[in-house]
Amino acid sequence: MHELSLITNLFDILEKQANDKNAKKIVHVKLQVGVLSGAVPELLESAFDIYKKDTIAREAAITIEKVPLKMDCKDCKAELISNDYILTCSQCGSSNLKTIAGTELILEKIELEI
Amino acid sequence: MTKKEILVLEDLLGSNKKIAADIRNQLSKKGILAVNLLSSPGAGKTMLLEKLSEVLKPDYKMAVIEGDIETERDAERIRAKGIPAWQIMTGGACHLEAKMIGRLFPDIPADLDFLFIENVGNLVCPASFDLGEHLRCVLLSTPEGDDKPKKYPKAFITSDSLIISKSDLVSILPFDIERVSKEALEMNPRLEIFVLSSLNGDGIKELSDYFIQALHKLRSDHA
Repeated sequence: MHELSLITNLFDILEKQANDKNAKKIVHVKLQVGVLSGAVPELLESAFDIYKKDTIAREAAITIEKVPLKMDCKDCKAELISNDYILTCSQCGSSNLKTIAGTELILEKIELEI
Repeated sequence: MTKKEILVLEDLLGSNKKIAADIRNQLSKKGILAVNLLSSPGAGKTMLLEKLSEVLKPDYKMAVIEGDIETERDAERIRAKGIPAWQIMTGGACHLEAKMIGRLFPDIPADLDFLFIENVGNLVCPASFDLGEHLRCVLLSTPEGDDKPKKYPKAFITSDSLIISKSDLVSILPFDIERVSKEALEMNPRLEIFVLSSLNGDGIKELSDYFIQALHKLRSDHA
């Protein structure tokens, strides 16, 4: 359960953003969470709701977009989506793959009241 | 009152990654190879470090950072081998973060060859945090069972090597080394796999040679 640690980092970013933009409050937070990010979306939501009290985001809702693992095969150029963490190409068997998405843990956007 | 949407696109692990990159850079300049050891509790990380110290000590200087929720026990075991060791007690946290390593940085001697970091025993959370290591090694002991790579994918996907420990027990356990190796390599084809026993010493030399080779490569890359 390292999600609370990640949410602590999120609030560092949120407070800086709110300060820079002179926001009164943050009303919405949108995250992108890859299946290989190591974080569980439901636990991030719970941690967010616990942490937000007494912060500038105390009334904020959170939306989490789950991002599947997407890879390109550098040998046969196939575009792959893996749901079973097999990192070899299902078309040609190559292990020469480039991860395009699925490892991210990103604060995509926020909605502020100014 | 106006509402405004702001595109941020900032990594939640960004601050950890930045500190880790700085640690790695400083260690590389000093020619110190850092190794992050990950496993579930009881897979044999501390005993492996005790055995490695016996092989490496005549020719190399090593030190160990121990991560545990409570107690100095692991650091005391390493110090008993004549190896400098620092204990990080996380007080409940399930993983080490780069800033915890950064705080110890001023105490780490500049003339080291190897800095081993024994992470908190946990196959899940430590996998998300770069500590500034050059090599990440995941240990899987034979009593844990040979079905673990797919169950804990991130630890195996983000590691450079897989160390199958407690090989002395394999003859009495339903643990298939080939099955585990095949499954782990499907998930991470660049994994180097070692099979060893800290109890009888099998495979320790091969692993220490791997670390020595990586040390030489690091130093030639930064010469």
